[in-house]
Amino acid sequence: MVTQLIVGVEGADVRNYLTFILNGKTQRVDNIAGDMTLLKWLRDQKSLVGSKEGCAEGDCGACTVAIVKTDDSGNLIWRSVNACIVFMGMLEGCAVITVEGLNGPDGELHPCQKALIDFHGSQCGFCTPGFVMSLFTAWSNKHGLMAEDIDDTLAGNLCRCTGYRPIVEAGLSLKNSKQPQWELDRNEILKKELLEINSSEPVEITDGKNSFSIPTNHEDFSKTYADQPSATIVSGATDIGLWVTKQNRDLPNMIWTGRVKEFNKIDEQDDFIIIRPAVTHQEAMAKLGNKWPTIKALWKRFGSVQVRNSGTVCGNLANGSPIGDLPPALIALESLIELTNKNKKRKLPLEEFFIEYGRQDRHAGEYVSGIFVPNKPGDNFRCYKLSKRFDQDISAVMMGANLIVEKTKITMAKICFGGMAGTPKRATEVEKALLGQPFEPQSFIKASKNINKDFDPLTDVRGSADYRRKAAQNLVMKYGYELTGSFVPNLADRNQVENLVS
Amino acid sequence: MKDTDGSAKEGTVHKAIRHDSAHKHVSGAAKYVDDIAVPPNTLQILLGQSKFAHAKILSMDLSQVENFPGVIKVLTAADIPGINDCSPFAGDDPIFAENVVSYLGQSVFAVVAEDIKIARNAIELADIRYEELPAVITIDQALETGNVLGPPAVIECGEADQALDKSKNKLEGKIILGGQEHFYLEGQAAYAFAGEDTDIVVHCSTQHPTEIQHKVAMALGLSNHDVTVITRRMGGGFGGKESQGNLPAIVAALAAKLTGRPAKIIYDRDDDFILTGKRHDFQISYKVGFEDNGLINSVIVDQAMRCGMSWDLSEAIAARAMCHAENSYFIKNMRITSHRLKTNTQSNTAFRGFGGPQGIVGMERVIDHVAYHLNIDPLLVRERNFYPHKTSTEYGKTPYGQTVHDCVIQDIISELKKTSNYFERRQSIEKFNKNNDFLKRGIALTPVKFGISFNASFLNQAGALLHVYNDGSVYLNHGGTEMGQGLNTKIAQIVANEFKLPLNKIKITATSTGKVPNTSATAASSGSDLNGMAAKNAAEKIKSRMAEYLAAEAQIKPNEVSFEDGKVLVGANDYNFSDAVKRCYMGRISLSATGFYSTPKVHWNPKTLKGRPFYYFAYGAACSEVVVDLLTGENRILRTDILHDVGKSLNPAIDIGQIEGGYVQGAGWLTTEELVWDDRGRLLTHAPSTYKIPACSDRPLDFRVKLFSEGENCEETIHRSKAVGEPPLMLGTSVLMALSHALQAVNARKAYPNLNAPATPERLLMQSLQLGGPSV
Ligand SMILES: Cc1cc2nc3c(=O)[nH]c(=O)nc-3n(C[C@H](O)[C@H](O)[C@H](O)COP(=O)(O)OP(=O)(O)OC[C@H]3O[C@@H](n4cnc5c(N)ncnc54)[C@H](O)[C@@H]3O)c2cc1C
Ligand code: FES
Ligand code: FES
Repeated sequence: MVTQLIVGVEGADVRNYLTFILNGKTQRVDNIAGDMTLLKWLRDQKSLVGSKEGCAEGDCGACTVAIVKTDDSGNLIWRSVNACIVFMGMLEGCAVITVEGLNGPDGELHPCQKALIDFHGSQCGFCTPGFVMSLFTAWSNKHGLMAEDIDDTLAGNLCRCTGYRPIVEAGLSLKNSKQPQWELDRNEILKKELLEINSSEPVEITDGKNSFSIPTNHEDFSKTYADQPSATIVSGATDIGLWVTKQNRDLPNMIWTGRVKEFNKIDEQDDFIIIRPAVTHQEAMAKLGNKWPTIKALWKRFGSVQVRNSGTVCGNLANGSPIGDLPPALIALESLIELTNKNKKRKLPLEEFFIEYGRQDRHAGEYVSGIFVPNKPGDNFRCYKLSKRFDQDISAVMMGANLIVEKTKITMAKICFGGMAGTPKRATEVEKALLGQPFEPQSFIKASKNINKDFDPLTDVRGSADYRRKAAQNLVMKYGYELTGSFVPNLADRNQVENLVS
Repeated sequence: MKDTDGSAKEGTVHKAIRHDSAHKHVSGAAKYVDDIAVPPNTLQILLGQSKFAHAKILSMDLSQVENFPGVIKVLTAADIPGINDCSPFAGDDPIFAENVVSYLGQSVFAVVAEDIKIARNAIELADIRYEELPAVITIDQALETGNVLGPPAVIECGEADQALDKSKNKLEGKIILGGQEHFYLEGQAAYAFAGEDTDIVVHCSTQHPTEIQHKVAMALGLSNHDVTVITRRMGGGFGGKESQGNLPAIVAALAAKLTGRPAKIIYDRDDDFILTGKRHDFQISYKVGFEDNGLINSVIVDQAMRCGMSWDLSEAIAARAMCHAENSYFIKNMRITSHRLKTNTQSNTAFRGFGGPQGIVGMERVIDHVAYHLNIDPLLVRERNFYPHKTSTEYGKTPYGQTVHDCVIQDIISELKKTSNYFERRQSIEKFNKNNDFLKRGIALTPVKFGISFNASFLNQAGALLHVYNDGSVYLNHGGTEMGQGLNTKIAQIVANEFKLPLNKIKITATSTGKVPNTSATAASSGSDLNGMAAKNAAEKIKSRMAEYLAAEAQIKPNEVSFEDGKVLVGANDYNFSDAVKRCYMGRISLSATGFYSTPKVHWNPKTLKGRPFYYFAYGAACSEVVVDLLTGENRILRTDILHDVGKSLNPAIDIGQIEGGYVQGAGWLTTEELVWDDRGRLLTHAPSTYKIPACSDRPLDFRVKLFSEGENCEETIHRSKAVGEPPLMLGTSVLMALSHALQAVNARKAYPNLNAPATPERLLMQSLQLGGPSV
């Protein structure tokens, strides 16, 4: 077979086919549309119909598959993702495991599959392959099968039949099981196979109509984007995937941040923690979560494991959404956003990035190259998210708040809301009313009235304007009570609620 | 619960046996319609939908769609050789709208294309001109304008008005209940291909293959025998695939017939939401008269239900809502009036409980309100009003005239209130609420009585087909469909039990109209009651033929032949089952039989709305405890205890699964699942991003479910079991009532919290604020 090469920027050789591993077999895929999703490819081209489509928007988990990479020390890293919104190009250099790829050499079922059978975890069975894959990924990562985290592991999988109890019990039963020898052996082989296909070559695939570029270093990325400023930058595709599957949008050129080496980093530098464009929510949570437990709790309610395994922090800012969860939190922490245009870099306070609904301070040719989060303690930093359902739901109202108290007086307050305006927006009147006030509930109660001066929210399916206003006021109050000592358990956190059960 | 393998020795009924497809579910090998390997020339279909809720079609130019490369055909009403209707019976649901569109999203035409992307791109080129007409969207608008499908239906017993007048205490109130999207994980799906002559085969995700067969034949101008409909399994149904599969199946069949190529239609999630009917939303107004001790003398209820643009199954749903308006309570004087409202929205349809849930929640609201008014525990009011127990000397009669002679709700409640520690917990909760300003807890224990059988008596029939092949293997087919409820497992258990064979000797096969004809929908919870009996009947026929032959051979009496433990005992000989079968085969004995069953005793007059529509009642109760954050309206189910009567369970593992799943689905309906239409009739919540069914962490933190151990059907149902599909959904009522209890603690019982459903955080916060709950 002749390897075709097309000449990319600056004459660099760009490979025009993808290499990845599917259920243990190396695949070479060329001549494929840049917007082809993994789910469609599996079902239509590979006749692997075990992965189901329940929504085509990342919400139901019926399409869950595992994507495997190795980390710097060569260990396997397993990620569950929603195949319905993964583009084929995002598989470059990885292994994909679908529900059909789990059983052992003699066809025996995997322990995760057996457990679901034993606990009567399937009824209609349509959601089941997705649950199997979520459990399997947790099992392979050896994390996520304990009582305190099983709900999180399964939050991205909807089941309409069982009511979940048997599935949870199946999951919990696995924590004591051992990986069979054949699985250990298979994983060793997988490591080798991944090593074999490992490369830092840039790739670009296309079917002649829709292309997907995969640069592998920052310089390459900059150049590719500068050459095609109308191309769509793709990070986790947890938004862009839906443009394709739900809005039928045509995206002729896409450029992916995911394999750019420099983009896959979280650095600490000059009192900042810097999150680069390819860093997923799950990775960021692991790093920042322990520093600020409140943001970890928020992240746990951000989408689902599958969404967080794909979606990026920078994507959550770059998309300019007024209901994104991270902007209010990161603005309260006084973060900066970095924008790059080829070699020109600039930084601005994150709040200034959001100009109005649908418009950000991002010039043509610029991309988000990092978010700078001040590396300082945040004892008074809190995040509150209100939504119809606790898990895997978009906020109706989201509040990020931080303040400094000096000698019983409030000397700094940063309170930012999502869902209250066309952009994530600070409640400056509330902040003003807090400044200089004694650190006691009464100050917060008084200040919360100013929500009405700060915001004139909209009514939509997630909440009425009235509800948003009242809830926002009450959140300021709740924040005050919580900081000053009358803790109200957060019902979102099942573990906090457990002791209320009689 | 331990899974047993159902070996012949231990018997196969009343055992916790896993779902027959479980190993295929977990390995991705279970095939659904969209998973069937199809020939490469298979076409994909997409429906063109109305952009208005109510409008005249002035003109329709689809030429650009038709000319789009890759489009093979465009289908409109003019292409239908037979009748342009996909309704279950009323004839008012066009396959493709002609002249007028009646809801936003209605099917107007279809694009048949080489692939779905082509269809999606092409469909945008349709040029349809409309003239908008006034649309009726909400219940209030329909009530105001008198837009109804038919005149109000009334059921009355006793003297409701006089008894109300004479009562010492009187109350009035109203509760609004939202609808519910089925959200079966697998959307509507059909795949059709033409055969020889005029034959058409349709694979369809449906609860009602027979109806699809008939509707396809009607639309294509064929006879029923030309059409074969096959259903292996559904990825969930919940009533949403009782009549809603007709449209896609007909369109697929039409496309296959007109193009000569196989054709497939799979609704994506948005289309499924926007095209199909849902659970009816209701407004229930009530007047109740009662004594100081909680005894209810009279209840007058008005049930206003949004039916959508056509009848669909609304008449029967209204009847069931009326027949459950008294729940488990013997109300001597009662009048129930049902307003079947016509609106320019999706035609609402069957959904697990079929109107029963709305009826029951309405009555539980009445009880809750009465108890609040008297300031006594609602459970005491409930207990005061139950139907007399089955051992009583005098039975109660329902408003529709059926004597309730099997009531066991007292036994269930007395056990559940002990095991759930209800009274103590209620006390400690009230103490907690006094000491907490922001968090309020609530608890409620509510009963369910649910009538089993189709209201329309003629539907209560079923058939089965059983072959014993000459190697002793058994091929089982019946008229029911498998949607996850474990019907096939249960029926296989029943047949295995007849022959005393291990379960793996029974092959379960796809439902097909070619094998069992004229079936009813798998609905009304009746799947195993009806089909189980029919399958048993078929097995008995073969058994008795075998016994007769083998007895004659051995010169003994047929009743001296017995089937045991995989063997057939014939006098001194014991044959392996397969040897016995072989002997019968050599003796030219028919080893194939059809079975049939029709439910005895039931009758129903649809004009007077009186009779004995139900063969028996299923009972159950749930005790739910919740906590609400008054600052945000957020809430959680803390603990749930359920005791449910499934008679003598055919399969406890499957039954528990139905109960848990039903409860969580019912709780979802009443809490997070909110459907929102804008004022032009556009459904805004049409995907899981905006429509929130319960997720994993929404199940109760502490979830204890038990089967009522004394359960045994007084009627001669299949192995004395009781139906379990629908009744548990209504156990979710306890969550709404527990939330009401929590809100009663706001501002020290200032006023009765008129809590509507779904009780979203928003609704709870706003209700709390109205009662004077904490705010600035
Ligand atoms: C099921 C589901 C649940 C979700 N739940 C939540 C939730 O709870 N909270 C929440 O806030 N969001 C949620 N989201 C939205 C989404 O996941 C997040 O906003 C996510 O962070 C987007 O990141 P991404 O990397 O996937 O972005 P992509 O989809 O790759 O891109 C999003 C947008 O940002 C642009 N972009 C991406 N990276 C850059 C860059 N470096 N420079 C310039 N432009 C860039 C893209 O061009 C595109 O316009 C959910 C989405 C789904 C599908
Ligand atoms: S199909 Fe629902 S998440 Fe992919
Ligand atoms: S088993 Fe049917 S959706 Fe989960």
